[in-house]
Amino acid sequence: MRALVLRPRRGFRLDDATLLVGAVLTALLVGVALLSLVWTPEDPARMRILQKLRGPLVSGLLGTDHLGRDLASMLMRGAFNSLTIAFAAVGLGAVLGTLAGVAAAAGPRFDAVLMRVCDALFALPPILSAIMLGALLGPGAPTAIIAIGVFMIPVFARVTRGAAMQIWAREYIMAARMAGKGTVRITLEHVLPNIAGQIIVQVTIQLAMAILTEAGLSFLGLGLPPPAPTWGRMLAESQTYLTQAPHLALAPGLAIAAAVLGLNLLGDGLAARLDPRRRQAS
Amino acid sequence: MTAPLLAIENLTRDYALRGAGGAPRSLRAVDDVSLTVEAGSIFAVVGESGCGKSTLARIVMALDRPTAGTVRLGGDDLFALKPRALARRRRDFQMVFQDPYGSLNPRHSVGRIVAEPLHLLDDAPRGGAREALVARALEDVGLPASAAGSYPHEFSGGQRQRIAIARALITNPKLVVADEAVSALDLSIQAQILRLILSLRDRHGLTVLFITHNIGVVDEIADRVGVMQAGRLVEAGPVREVLDHPQQEYTRRLLAAEPTLAVLGRRRKRA
Amino acid sequence: MLAIRNLSIAFPGPDGPVRVVDGVSLEVARGESLGIVGESGSGKSMLSLATIGLLPRSARTSGEIRLEGRNILGMSERALCGVRGRRIGMIFQEPMTALNPAMTAGQQIAEGIRLHRAAGRAEARAEALRLLDRVRIPDPARRIDSYPHEMSGGQRQRVGIAIALALKPDLLIADEPTTALDVTVQKEILDILDELVADLGLSLILISHDLGVIARSTDRTLVMCRGRAVEQGTTEAVLRQPTAAYTRDLIAALPRRARAGLGAAAPLAAGDAR
Repeated sequence: MRALVLRPRRGFRLDDATLLVGAVLTALLVGVALLSLVWTPEDPARMRILQKLRGPLVSGLLGTDHLGRDLASMLMRGAFNSLTIAFAAVGLGAVLGTLAGVAAAAGPRFDAVLMRVCDALFALPPILSAIMLGALLGPGAPTAIIAIGVFMIPVFARVTRGAAMQIWAREYIMAARMAGKGTVRITLEHVLPNIAGQIIVQVTIQLAMAILTEAGLSFLGLGLPPPAPTWGRMLAESQTYLTQAPHLALAPGLAIAAAVLGLNLLGDGLAARLDPRRRQAS
Repeated sequence: MTAPLLAIENLTRDYALRGAGGAPRSLRAVDDVSLTVEAGSIFAVVGESGCGKSTLARIVMALDRPTAGTVRLGGDDLFALKPRALARRRRDFQMVFQDPYGSLNPRHSVGRIVAEPLHLLDDAPRGGAREALVARALEDVGLPASAAGSYPHEFSGGQRQRIAIARALITNPKLVVADEAVSALDLSIQAQILRLILSLRDRHGLTVLFITHNIGVVDEIADRVGVMQAGRLVEAGPVREVLDHPQQEYTRRLLAAEPTLAVLGRRRKRA
Repeated sequence: MLAIRNLSIAFPGPDGPVRVVDGVSLEVARGESLGIVGESGSGKSMLSLATIGLLPRSARTSGEIRLEGRNILGMSERALCGVRGRRIGMIFQEPMTALNPAMTAGQQIAEGIRLHRAAGRAEARAEALRLLDRVRIPDPARRIDSYPHEMSGGQRQRVGIAIALALKPDLLIADEPTTALDVTVQKEILDILDELVADLGLSLILISHDLGVIARSTDRTLVMCRGRAVEQGTTEAVLRQPTAAYTRDLIAALPRRARAGLGAAAPLAAGDAR
């Protein structure tokens, strides 16, 4: 019943609000991260032991930690560090996963093998592989990026494969084959442009996932080594002073929550906006 | 008498079925079909869903390979050709699909869509010459040349099918296979597209293999018709002969089931 | 039985409300079959959804739809549930999507019987078997335990009709019930619908784009074009002496075989293709 899925467009909808709030939060996150490269209120690594554990607005905007470092500055630089690792990890996962996904969709011969490989990769939770990689490479950015990125490959492979298979079933693919075009060319000209929206949505949602995982790795000491500030380690270090200085835990905790929320909202909003239902006129 | 443009001989296509447990079975989608199509004529293949008519179309378009039998186009056995030679021959046969919404990439401009088969030409024109060719193809199917800059969603179903026909014609093919090309269209649009195909045949001497389930459509445009049932060609011949004096029981049943206005007035009497 | 007066349905659009049904009035008497014919986008499906109170929430309606005197528009959801199924049965275009893939044919038919008539399990199953026989499904005793995917399109549509019949409705609405089916199967399904009207005295609203289907299975016909009823009358009068230009165009667009019953029918001329 085509009539039942008819969804008339109204003025301002919840989807639009989702997209707007998500975009604003994400822009704020990226903006703060980039700003931290050129300006922070204080040097985030500078310790002023005499000013330790000051409350918000007493010393700096958000107070200081147990070594007297400026919390706001650490948070800003931490945003940059988190985002860099998240972007690199998602980039790794998205590129390899998308390649695997479109290859699986294009050739049934690869399909079974690639999907089983993905199942195997999926069985490696990032924390576990980071611990193993950490033992091998030592903790640091490469460990975090590879651990998170490898986990993302099957996520992107599955999304891409499903979306690409739908496109392969379209008649315009048959028309392209009638025009003598090969698999690679059809993938580049017809399949990828039509699934790009879905991949972008997935990238946004996985960025949130990566930020959360990176925080987890840092919390366990498997992320960037000190003195580079990360949200995860800030949380870890705050534990000792939870009763005296709860703002030490609150600030990075809220930052993580806001970043994840913003990216998820952005992803959901984009998904609703890119929903091809409008084009489903057949 | 000249040799037929398209000659299909003893064509058979089996598909392996993987049943849930048990021995592997196979499905014979096309079963020993032979037919010939003269240049400049329209041959309709009519049958119900699952009769193998679409598989036949795919094999004739070399999108699928037969299990046995041959497809000759202008004397050449398509499946004996090397891949490169086959790719070169593709300019001689093109296809129009059923779904005017699914057969055009929504992200490509009409100009790009129509020009796509030019990929098949060794000396594919570029730039202005290419644009001129696209413009001529669009005008040939009754669309303005300016349509090239628009996108598929800006057009109605009938207009989209015209775009699909322009794409099929741009390499100046000898044979066009139309697979249920008017089935998804409203009646008034369907009649327009049928007229267009007839006029293209008259103007360009096009040969058409027209796959359909609709006997009314066969009657309108075909010169000859073949009736398929369960993979077999049960009856074939000139359209008047087959539709007016069907020899096979299945053909008669198909003709009798077709709803027509001839039943008007009978209803009251029955009640 | 059913009387629709001046019904309009509109949806909010970017440039103000879009009217998909515009001032349509119609009546269906007991034991009568009414055909609604029109091309895609003519509003014929919206009309049928309104009749069973299943319009999308954003729809704005005016006018009235009276089923034996009671106005359906403005009825509460609770009251509508009593109308749907019990008074009006619906048969859909694509039986595969209208059936629950996880339930057998018998379960789906019996579900309605038990829900609406407080029948016992055995009683409901016996009734389901009787209904499957009524829609002439081959080997009903076996089919009653089949799942939708195990059946052909024609068999699924028969099950769809049996489900609609299970609640003993007075009116059946069939929205393009045979469009997805082959012609030989279509004939069998239409024969069943004809029988139900003739034998059980059901009223039928048959929505179709196919004038041949309308001609063989309806007493009266309403022709819709862009939300408006452009012509209404006995099927024979509408098709033999159409008064609206749109109806004449529709008939003229029929393949000549389908027009055969009307006398002289000119073949398509290639000359005016462009």
